[in-house]
Amino acid sequence: MSAHSEPIALPATRRRLLPALREWTEREEVFSLLMILPPMAFLIALVGYPFVYGIWLSLENRPVAQPGTFIGLGNFITDFHDPTFWQVVQNTFVYTGVATVLKMVGGLGLALVMNQAFRMKNLVRAVLLLPFIVPTVLSTIAWMWILDPSFSVINWLLVHGGIADRGPSWLGNGSWAMFSLIVVNTWRGLPFYAITLLAGLQTIPLELYEAATIDGAGALDRFRYVTLPLLKPVVFIVTMFSLIFTFSDFQLVYVLTRGGPANATHLFATYAFDIAMSGGQFGLGASVALAMLPPLALLIIALALYLRKA
Amino acid sequence: MVEDDGWPVRALRLWLPLGFFLIFALFPFYWMAITSLKPNQELYDPQLMPLIVRHPTLKHYVDLLGETDFLVWTWNTMLVATVSTAISLVFGTMLAYPLARMNFPGSALVSFAVAATYLVPQPLLFIPMAEIIERMGLGNTLTSVMLTYPTLLIPFCAWLLMGYFKSVPRELEDAARIDGASRLQTMFLVFLPLCKPGFISAGIFAFTLAQNEFLYALIFLTDTSVRTVPVGAIAELIRGDVFYWGQLMAAALLGSIPVAIIYSFFVEHYVAGLTAGAVK
Repeated sequence: MSAHSEPIALPATRRRLLPALREWTEREEVFSLLMILPPMAFLIALVGYPFVYGIWLSLENRPVAQPGTFIGLGNFITDFHDPTFWQVVQNTFVYTGVATVLKMVGGLGLALVMNQAFRMKNLVRAVLLLPFIVPTVLSTIAWMWILDPSFSVINWLLVHGGIADRGPSWLGNGSWAMFSLIVVNTWRGLPFYAITLLAGLQTIPLELYEAATIDGAGALDRFRYVTLPLLKPVVFIVTMFSLIFTFSDFQLVYVLTRGGPANATHLFATYAFDIAMSGGQFGLGASVALAMLPPLALLIIALALYLRKA
Repeated sequence: MVEDDGWPVRALRLWLPLGFFLIFALFPFYWMAITSLKPNQELYDPQLMPLIVRHPTLKHYVDLLGETDFLVWTWNTMLVATVSTAISLVFGTMLAYPLARMNFPGSALVSFAVAATYLVPQPLLFIPMAEIIERMGLGNTLTSVMLTYPTLLIPFCAWLLMGYFKSVPRELEDAARIDGASRLQTMFLVFLPLCKPGFISAGIFAFTLAQNEFLYALIFLTDTSVRTVPVGAIAELIRGDVFYWGQLMAAALLGSIPVAIIYSFFVEHYVAGLTAGAVK
C-alpha cells in the first residue's frame, strides 16, 4: 500500500495547489486587482511618469538634446518677468471666458429650440453635431479660408452688401484675431453643449411643467423655476468639461494664427509649444505648460470628485 | 410645450432660430466643398461672387491624390485610430468591469484616478512626452502615436463603459456563478456579450477622438510617410507663405468624410456616449 501511496503523493499536492491558486484568483479583491493592474501600469507609465517628469523638466535648464542642469524655480522666475507670459495668461482667460459663455448661452438656446416637436428631428440633431465630429484641424482649414485677408467671403459680403468699404483683417489684427478664434471655438463646441443639454431637458418630467402651468406660471417662470434648477447638474458638468479643454486648447490657435499677430492670440499650450519645440528650450517650455496647472487642477479635482460621486 | 401655436409663432420659435444654427453649423462644410471644386482662376478672382462655383473641376482632387501622399496619410490615420481604439477598449474594459461590479481595496482611489486622468489635457504632458518618445527611439514611427493615443482614450472608455456596465442587471452573472462558472468565464461568456451597445458607443467615440488628435502627431511624426491627415495637410499643403487652397479644401473634405460616414451609421450610439457623462 505504502509503495503505491508514494507516487501519488506529488500529484496530490499539485492537485491541492492548483485549486488553491484558482480559489485565490476567484477572490473578489484578487480578481479585481489582477484585472486592473495592466491598464493601471500602462497609465502610470505613460501619464503618471510624464507628468512627474514634466515637473522635473520645468526645474531644469535644458536646451534641446543636451543634458539639463538643475536651476530650481529659475524657469518660473523667467516666466514671471516675461511680458509675453502675462499676455498669454490674459489671452487664455479672455478666450476661455468669452467662448464658454457664448457656448453656454448658444447651446442652451439651441437645446430649447430643439426640445420642440418637429419632423426629422434626429436628422437635424445629427447634422448639427457635425462641427464637433469632424477633425478640428480640417474644419479649421475651412475657417482659415473664410477669414482669409484677401479672399474672405465675409468681407466680400460686407463690401458688396454695402455695409463696409473693406472688411476687417480677421486674423491680422490682434483683437479681431482673438474674436475670430472665439467664434471658431464656439462653432465647434456649441453642438456639444446643445446636444448634452437637450438630453438633460428630456429627462425633466412633463408633469412638472403641467403642475407649474396649473399654478399659474408663465413660460418664463417655468423656465426659471422648473427648467433651470433641474438642468443645473448637467450645466455644471458640461461647463467644467468645456472650461478644461478650452483653457488648454492648442489645435485651433496653432492652425489659425500660430499665436499671432504679435502674440495677441497665444495661449499657454501654443506658447509652451513655441518655446519648447521651435525654440528648443524644453525646461522653460515645460514651466509655461505647468503654469496652467493651478487653475486646471482646481477644475479637474472638482469635476473628478463630482463624477465619481455621481 | 404642448400648446397649439399658429404658424407665425412656430416660425419664430422654431424655424428661424433652427435655420440660423443650421447655416452657422454647415456653412464651413459648404465652403470646403465648393472651394475644392473651383479652378484657380475662379478661386483667386476677388471680383467674382464667391458663393457659387461656375466651372467645377476635380483638378485639386487629382493633384492631391497624385502629387501628395494623401492616401498614405489616410491609411496611417485609419490604422492608428483602429489600433488605439482597440487597445483602449480592452484596457478600458479591464478597468471598468471591476470598478462597476466588485468591491476591492483602493477602488475609490482607482476611480478617482481614472476620472482625473481623463481630464488631464494633453498640453500638460506633450513636452516630457516628446523627450520620452525620443529616448525610446520611437520618433517618426506610428508606434509612437499608437502608444500615446490610448493614454487619452483609455480613461474615457473606462468611464463610459463603467456607466454602461452598471446599467446591466446582475442576475445573469449571479446565475452563472451559482452554476459554477469562474469569474473570468462569467465576465467573458456571460457579461461582456450583453454590453455590445456600450462597446459601440465607446469605440465610435474613441475612434473619432483618435482621428481628431493633432498635437502628438505633429510632434512625433515629421516624415511624410508616417504622417496622419491633419498633420500632413497642415505641414505639406502650406509651404511657407504658399497655401494650396484648393488641395487643402479637398484634403479637409476627404479627411472628414470617413469620420462623418462612420458617425452617421452610429449617431444614436455616439450621442449616448456624448451625454453619458453628464446625464444619467
